[in-house]
Amino acid sequence: MPDAIDGNGGRDHGVLAVDMRGVGKSFGASPILRGFDLAIERGSFVALLGASGSGKSTVLRILLGLEDIDSGSVLVAPNRTVVFQDARLVRNLDVSANVLIGQKRTAAARQVAVRALHEVGLSHRLHAWPHTLSGGEAQRVALARALVREPQLLLLDEPFAALDALTRIRMQQLVAELCDRHQPAVLLVTHDVDEALLLADRVVILREGALALDRPVPLGRPRNRNAPGFAALRQELLQILGVNDDVGAGPQAPAIRGAAE
Amino acid sequence: MAEQASSSLPPAGFPRGAVIPAALVVLWAALTETGLWHGPLVVSPSQVLAVPFLDASGREIWAGVGASLLRLAAGTAIGAAAGLAAGLFVGMSRRGGLALSPTLHTLRQIALFAWIPLLTSWFGNGEATKLCFVAISTFFPLFLATEQGLRTVPATLREVAGVLHLSRRRTITALLLPAALPSIGVGVQIALISAWIGTVGAEYAIGNGRGLGSYIASARDQFRMDIVIVGVAVLAAVGAGLHYLSRAAIARLTPWNSPRSSA
Repeated sequence: MPDAIDGNGGRDHGVLAVDMRGVGKSFGASPILRGFDLAIERGSFVALLGASGSGKSTVLRILLGLEDIDSGSVLVAPNRTVVFQDARLVRNLDVSANVLIGQKRTAAARQVAVRALHEVGLSHRLHAWPHTLSGGEAQRVALARALVREPQLLLLDEPFAALDALTRIRMQQLVAELCDRHQPAVLLVTHDVDEALLLADRVVILREGALALDRPVPLGRPRNRNAPGFAALRQELLQILGVNDDVGAGPQAPAIRGAAE
Repeated sequence: MAEQASSSLPPAGFPRGAVIPAALVVLWAALTETGLWHGPLVVSPSQVLAVPFLDASGREIWAGVGASLLRLAAGTAIGAAAGLAAGLFVGMSRRGGLALSPTLHTLRQIALFAWIPLLTSWFGNGEATKLCFVAISTFFPLFLATEQGLRTVPATLREVAGVLHLSRRRTITALLLPAALPSIGVGVQIALISAWIGTVGAEYAIGNGRGLGSYIASARDQFRMDIVIVGVAVLAAVGAGLHYLSRAAIARLTPWNSPRSSA
């Protein structure tokens, strides 16, 4: 379990939601993280990019306390929640009960759930069973479940990866809006460069277990793929990730992006 | 063409599953009433139908069914509670599982009716042996289903409990138990059928006292095939009824499993 940031530490914890220093982690003989550093200020939106198997999700699981570290130090805001790639709803609880799971069922709490579900556009599905939801709806419930806990740190583990392209765009807009309103620190783990550039204040790239890049995204909001500077930034990140964009294959294909906009 | 086809089908509302039994009864009636099939142990459907109402020893069936159902209820309650408790213990506690699981899984290998000589030598030929037998026949299906249901709760769901800081109690009541409920439901269905077989089997094997099993046993001793057939038919009907009742009850208790039950 990582130590909680209480705001009174020797380091500059008052403004940090995450402070990982020199973190090492291996699974068996294969090292996943080697001397990994990451600091996230409160209220700041950081996207963590990396190829598959680069250890992105391990960073997130360490911050959740689901993995132990081998070396280094981790400080993290105690009030943190997560949205995984799959919604992980409890199938025998209806939507509003899923949002409130583990919390006292008071009238006030119920109102908070109703408001959160309204915010994610699911007012009409309060009492639906999880198996009747679409993928996008289920992820919005997971988002509402994370938000009602008023987290200082919101962890997003490729939360849009399993959604279709159109739903993904709507979800990205929704997350941008909600984060703007609630101002948690956010760590978005993704392999989608466009998504990172659309949402994040800062982008970090994980390669071979260590930071390969940590740079701010100097774009105004609301963001748009056609904004000046977007394409250049995208090119820069793809290069560090070792992807030749000219091939234009897979989910990054311009045709899909064009249709989605 | 369509009319022809429908005229050859049974009348509307006649359940398709009843066609084969009805045809067999008709065949049986035809063979026995015409005298084509005869002998000291051959009885006709009309003789059998009269047994539960007109025959002095045949009328015993009502009290027998009542006694068997009471025995079933009591034995099942004891066995189900114990099976559920053991399943929860083994399914949730690693250490408990390691200590208790091998013993229970070994005992489970003992064929149900092999318990009878042991039980009669411990408890005699009375009610205690029968109840214990019914309880054993309920215990193992429910124990296995509960243990299995808990063990197969996805790890991803367990992580959610940790990430959302659910208390141990909340994790069990809100997450693990409901996630295991479909498996437990199947266990209840199997346990009920097993318990009914156990109830009638114990009565038949021990042979004294009231109950559907002893009713059939004493009819056999008197070569009363009409009574035997009534007993066997009621046995099957009650078993089928228990199966459908438990299935309906479980469907009601797990609305989230039904294909479309959105609010």
